[in-house]
Amino acid sequence: MEGMSDNALAGMTQEQRAETLGMTSEQLSGRSMLIEFDPDAEPNLAYPWAPDVDHGKSATLDADELTATQVNERIRELMHEGCGTITVLNPRGKHGLGVGILSRLNLVVEGSLGYFGIGLIDGPNVRVNGRVGWSCAENMMAGTVIVEKNAGSTFGAAIRGGDLVCRGSVGSRTGIDMKGGTIIVGGDTGALSGFMMQRGRMIFCGNAGKNLGDSMYDGTIFVGGSIRSLGVDAVEAELTELDQHWLKRKLDLYGMAPAEGVAHFTKIVAGRQLWNYDNLEPAEKKLIL
Amino acid sequence: MCGIAGLIHRGKVSGVGSEMTAMLQALKHRGPDSTGYAVYGSGSPGDYVMRLKLAEQEDMGRGHGIHAIIDQRKDAVDAILAEHHVDVKSRRHSTDYALRYVIAHAGDTEDMARHIEEVDGVEILSLGNSLEMIKDLGDAATVSSAYELDDFRGTHAIGHTRMATESDVDIRSAHPYWAFPYNDVSVVHNGQLTNYWLMRREMERKGHRFMSDCDSELLAVYTAHNLSNGETLEQSLQRSIEEIDGVFTYLVATRDELGMAKDTMAAKPLVLFESDDLIALASEEVAIRAVIPQEIDTVDPYDEETRVWKA
Repeated sequence: MEGMSDNALAGMTQEQRAETLGMTSEQLSGRSMLIEFDPDAEPNLAYPWAPDVDHGKSATLDADELTATQVNERIRELMHEGCGTITVLNPRGKHGLGVGILSRLNLVVEGSLGYFGIGLIDGPNVRVNGRVGWSCAENMMAGTVIVEKNAGSTFGAAIRGGDLVCRGSVGSRTGIDMKGGTIIVGGDTGALSGFMMQRGRMIFCGNAGKNLGDSMYDGTIFVGGSIRSLGVDAVEAELTELDQHWLKRKLDLYGMAPAEGVAHFTKIVAGRQLWNYDNLEPAEKKLIL
Repeated sequence: MCGIAGLIHRGKVSGVGSEMTAMLQALKHRGPDSTGYAVYGSGSPGDYVMRLKLAEQEDMGRGHGIHAIIDQRKDAVDAILAEHHVDVKSRRHSTDYALRYVIAHAGDTEDMARHIEEVDGVEILSLGNSLEMIKDLGDAATVSSAYELDDFRGTHAIGHTRMATESDVDIRSAHPYWAFPYNDVSVVHNGQLTNYWLMRREMERKGHRFMSDCDSELLAVYTAHNLSNGETLEQSLQRSIEEIDGVFTYLVATRDELGMAKDTMAAKPLVLFESDDLIALASEEVAIRAVIPQEIDTVDPYDEETRVWKA
C-alpha cells in the first residue's frame, strides 16, 4: 500500500504485511490456496515437505507380499532417498496404491490396480501398464496419469488439474464433480459421465453412455463417437476451429489422435439453465418481503 | 457393501470350489458377516443333491436341547422322503446343523420340497442335479473348510460375501439364494432393491415362497417365476432391468449357464474377464487376480448390460 512505512509494517504479522501490500496470489495449479510472499522464507517446492528427487535414480518395488499401506510407505521412503523413478511390480488389483504423492516422481505400475489408485496426487507422472478399478486419480491436482488398458467407474472423480488418460474404455460417471484438468479416453465411457462437472475438459474418442454431462455447471466435453443421450442442462455447442486445434494437440500429446482428424467430434457444454446463483432462496425472499 | 463373484469354465471341469474360495476370500473386506457358494458339479443322471439347514448357527449355543431338536427335524425329513418314495443314496452332516443328501426321485420334486419345508426350522438351501449350495457365517476360508469345498470339482460357481444391511446376520439371510422350486438355479446380488415389497407381494400372490426378509431373495424368486413362464435366462435378466427398481448387480447360475445383470445407474461394481475357456466376474479386480495370476484384460460392464455364458 502506497505510503505505508516500514515502521508501520514492522508491527504486523507476515500474513498482514503481505495482505496489506497486496503481495498475495492464488495458486490455482495444484492446491488452490492463498500464497503470501515472505522474503525470509527459503525457496521451496509447492510442498515444503516434498522430497527433492533425482529422475535418474530409480528403484523397483515388488508389491506382491505387501499391503497397500506398506507399498505407499515404501514409495515415500524411496522418494526421501532421492529416487525419482519408481517401478511397482505385481500390484494384483490392490486398492489405494500410489496415493498422496505430492511432488515430482515418475511412477510406473506394472500391472493392474484396484479402487482409488493414484488418488490425491499433485505432480507425479504415472503410467499404469494395466487396468485401474473405480475412482482412479480421484482428486488429482496436477501431473499426468496414463492408464494403458481399461478403467472402472468414476474415473477422475473430482480432479482439479493435470491430464488423466485412459487408452481403453472407462466405466460410468467418468469425471463426476470434476473441477479442472483434462480427462482423455481412447474408447467408450458409461452413463452419467461428467455428472455435476464444474470445470475442465473431457475427451472421449469413442461412444458416450446415457445422461452425458447431467447437471454440469461448466466445463467442456468432446465426444468422437455417438452419444446415447444428454443429461439435464447439457447442450451441444459449435465445435470451433480453436477447439479442433486444441483437441488435436492434446490427443497428439498421447499418441491418440484419430487418423480421420477431430472435425467429427461433438462438443457438449452446460446450458446454464440450472444456474441460479443470483436468485434468492424462498426463505430469504420471505424475510425481505 | 457385499461382494459377489462368479466363474465358468467352458468345456471343462475344474476345482471351482477352491477357485471360488480364493475369489471370495479376496473380497472378505466387502462383507465379513457370511459367505455363500453355489457350485455346479457334474452330477449323476437321475440323482439330486439336496442341501438342508436344520437350524441356524446361533441356535447351537442354546444348550444340549438343540441337538435333540435337530435329530427330530432330521427324522421328520427322512419320514417325508420315505413318504414320497425317495431313494436316499447318501446322507451326511456337513456341520451339526447342515445336511447333504443324494437322492433319486421320479416324482414331483416341488411337492416334496414344499413338504420338507413344512418341518419347523428346516430350510432347503438347494435342490438340483448339479447345484450344491453352501452358506454359513464367517469368511470363505472358514466356510470352505467346514464344508470341505476345496475338493469340489465342477464347471461353474457363484459366491457371495455378505455385509448385512437390511436383514439379520444368519444363514437364512445369507446368499446365494436358490430359485425355489427351480432345480439348479441360484442367485447372488450386491445392491438394494427399492421396490422389494411391491414385487414380493406380487410374487407371493402368484404362489412363490419367501424364506427371508432379504431383498436379494426376490431376484431368485423373480428369476424362477420368469423361467417357469418359459423365458430364457437372458430374457429374464433383461426384463429385470425394466421391472426391478434400485441399484443392483446380480449373477444367476443355472445347470450350464452363468448370467449377469447391471441396473440402469451402473451403481454397483462388477469387473469382467472373458477368455475362450474361462469367464470370471467379481465386484473387484482383486478377486479375479486371486485365480488368474498372469496379466489379463478386464472390463466394467455398463449400465443395463446383461450377459449369459454357457459352460
